[in-house]
Amino acid sequence: MSAGQLPRWVDLGLIPFLNLAAAFLVSGLVVILIGENPLEAVKILVWGSLGYVEGFGFTLFYATNFIFTGLAVAVAFHAGLFNIGGEGQAYVGGLGVAFACLALDQYVPWYVTLPFAILGSAVMGAAWAFIPAWLQAKRGSHVVITTIMFNYISFSLMVYLLNNLLKKPGSMQPETRTFEDGGRLPFLNDLFPSLGFGYAPVNLSLFVALAACALVWLLIWRTKLGFEIRSFGANATAAVYAGISPVRIIVITMLISGGLAGMMAINEIMGSQHRLLIDFVTGYGFVGIAVALMGRAHPVGIVLAAILFGMLYQGGAELSFEMPNITRDMIIVIQGLVILFAGALEHLFRPTIVRLFTPSRDLAAKEA
Amino acid sequence: MSDTPAIELRKINKSFGAVHANKDIDLVVKKGSIHGIIGENGAGKSTLMSILYGFYHADTGDILVNGEKVTISDSKAAIAMGIGMVHQHFMLVDNFSVLENVVLGAEDSAMLAGGLARARTELKRLEEEYELRVDPDALIQDLPVGLQQRVEILKALYRSAEVLILDEPTGVLTPAEADHLFKILEVLKNQGKTVLLITHKLREIMAATDTVSVMRRGEMVATRETRNTSMEELAELMVGRSVLLRVDKKPAEPKAPVMEVENLTVTDSRGVQVVKDVSFSVRAGEIVGVAGVSGNGQSELLETLSGIRRATTGTLKINGETIDLGNSTLDAADMRAKNMGHVPEDRHRMGLINSFTEYENSILGYHRDPAYSNGLLMDLGAIRKNAVAEIEKYDIRPPNPMLKTANFSGGNQQKIVLAREIERDPEVLLVGQPTRGVDIGAIEFIHRRIVELRDAGKGILLVSVELEEIRALSDRVLVMFDGKIVGERGADAEEGDLGLLMAGVDNNHSAVEGGVQ
Repeated sequence: MSAGQLPRWVDLGLIPFLNLAAAFLVSGLVVILIGENPLEAVKILVWGSLGYVEGFGFTLFYATNFIFTGLAVAVAFHAGLFNIGGEGQAYVGGLGVAFACLALDQYVPWYVTLPFAILGSAVMGAAWAFIPAWLQAKRGSHVVITTIMFNYISFSLMVYLLNNLLKKPGSMQPETRTFEDGGRLPFLNDLFPSLGFGYAPVNLSLFVALAACALVWLLIWRTKLGFEIRSFGANATAAVYAGISPVRIIVITMLISGGLAGMMAINEIMGSQHRLLIDFVTGYGFVGIAVALMGRAHPVGIVLAAILFGMLYQGGAELSFEMPNITRDMIIVIQGLVILFAGALEHLFRPTIVRLFTPSRDLAAKEA
Repeated sequence: MSDTPAIELRKINKSFGAVHANKDIDLVVKKGSIHGIIGENGAGKSTLMSILYGFYHADTGDILVNGEKVTISDSKAAIAMGIGMVHQHFMLVDNFSVLENVVLGAEDSAMLAGGLARARTELKRLEEEYELRVDPDALIQDLPVGLQQRVEILKALYRSAEVLILDEPTGVLTPAEADHLFKILEVLKNQGKTVLLITHKLREIMAATDTVSVMRRGEMVATRETRNTSMEELAELMVGRSVLLRVDKKPAEPKAPVMEVENLTVTDSRGVQVVKDVSFSVRAGEIVGVAGVSGNGQSELLETLSGIRRATTGTLKINGETIDLGNSTLDAADMRAKNMGHVPEDRHRMGLINSFTEYENSILGYHRDPAYSNGLLMDLGAIRKNAVAEIEKYDIRPPNPMLKTANFSGGNQQKIVLAREIERDPEVLLVGQPTRGVDIGAIEFIHRRIVELRDAGKGILLVSVELEEIRALSDRVLVMFDGKIVGERGADAEEGDLGLLMAGVDNNHSAVEGGVQ
């Protein structure tokens, strides 16, 4: 592979654009097949997600989730680890948020609760990533296998906890009581009523997510730990030669990754639902993988990719409403195509582009 | 000998973008001769051979095989024209037998049995005709590298090759095995085959070829009858200026030992003892060379001393401190903290992170040094300043610390590693294969730096599979064979003597007597 030979705008701009265009082209064919007009569909999708402020608010709300889970996957990528347990880590992270909110919401304002909620979600998410991390570091059990198994364990654990321990007394619903104001983050609509976000659940977590982006950037590219993480990910043998302990890097990176995934729960639980309930993660953890891939594991790219997937979520909902032929399942097909082209088929156009844009490499000399 | 050349290249040009890898190359290879092509890394030898073997297509120019103009579209076409290639890295399936490997890709039919039987007969004929004896039923993984190479040659002959291209064939061989290979080439020549030998080793050109062509920066600068030229002339042609083939150095003035290794035993992950009860010392102001054929425990020795690998038993005294290596938890960072630098054997796998920039690589292993951090964050300014200083001092080109190390040539990559390890002023420097894949100009520079470090009173342990390098640099030579140190010689050790030791033959009458201690 020849990373670094391409101009940045090609690597970061043109290739993702081509992947995306291909995904939409194929999606368009699917839309034609079921007898709808693809241009009309695109119009509805873009309008629904960007065309009016409330719709855009929903887009941003979903994007906030994707930023957290995307960052989680990206940090692990830099160490060469594939953490696909974001789903479970975010779910368990919800416990941390709920504990903080349930304990504090009646006594203090939200801004006192928030640091505890952040800490709680990160600690719980990290804790959920710790066992897979330890098994990988010490026993060589692959994190891809263990983290995905831990997703399923988390699903059962949360159902058990919510049904048996955390359920609101006298209720049939497997959910906690609703938080008081001290456990609720302000909606952007409450902060800036003049912008007209309406009923969109986008809330202050958006800024927490953006701060996390900045911190991840600093961590990865400006700290010794980040240097060690990247060294280990790029060349594990060279990292050991440099005195970097693989066990330490694997565990610490997975803890950070799990913590970031767990923080997604702030947006859903403290920002929107105001109670802990089952199945609030609904695929955000998995889509985070696509977000990280498409965003080239860079915080700026992740924000852009998160907004794109936010658009697909929000615009897709509008689309299935406007075009009854295009069901919810069809939207998932379109999302799947984007993931397929942006993630799995990332190298579809790359070799051609590399050939077009690499004038000055003596391939033969580099062969040996 | 017929007058039609086996291979003729006329005005071959090949560019990769802005890089003109082959410029107007003319080459005439006589039938039934051994023709050497020599040049530094990146001179265009591999590109030219890849064109001949169908991996690349020339932009312009003609290829003539037996006087006829041909187009070689891929390696299949090359094989059909009787051109065979023995690659530097063998293309063999380890857990297949010799016979299966020879047949692989040239099976006559869907069912194996019939083809294999025919192949066995044919193989026997080839073995006898060319004196290339190998057991057809032996598994590749059980054969020493010298024999594996023979299988590669048999593969080419089985496909009726008339012209054999050998790309750097002696890199993995002992001197004795290399000599044996040259004998085989001689037999091939006498049977009418044509051999193209690609190498950067002058000695081999002189020993084995009839004709030699020299390439420099994509051009064919000269072709000589081997008997009418000399190593000095060829070296000058390769580099474009006169070069010092010997290292200029005063006799060592060794002082007290800075590193003492006692009874070191290392077991690898398969449970095999790879270093067996090794003891030696390195004194301040001397270079101790470890000679040996690759894979006799030298790599593991270096890795253990530098803290990368764990020892089973043994002690290490460094700067007066005694470390029980059998129970040590010291890693590479701890060993660096004890003033031990390490230039690893394989810069691509271990010494550098090729996707990182030059300045990032210039602190790899030293990144925890407070000089490079600024509170919580790394001090990129200080790191780059240091990188620029090293670039200047070591003449690293291009002088751009922001460039990824993958984009530097082998020699410059090695200088990056060397600068990083030497400039931290270590008391002991472990050096593995310092000039592997490095061009002659840079070799001269690297050797000089290592001798300068010695003259500054540091202890150096040098591991190299290049016997010439060991002899040129070392003040004392240890020879490793099968995990053991089988002999010690002085700076004036004879090549033949060392070669025998490397092959595990102990000519006991002179054992250790020639050593300094």
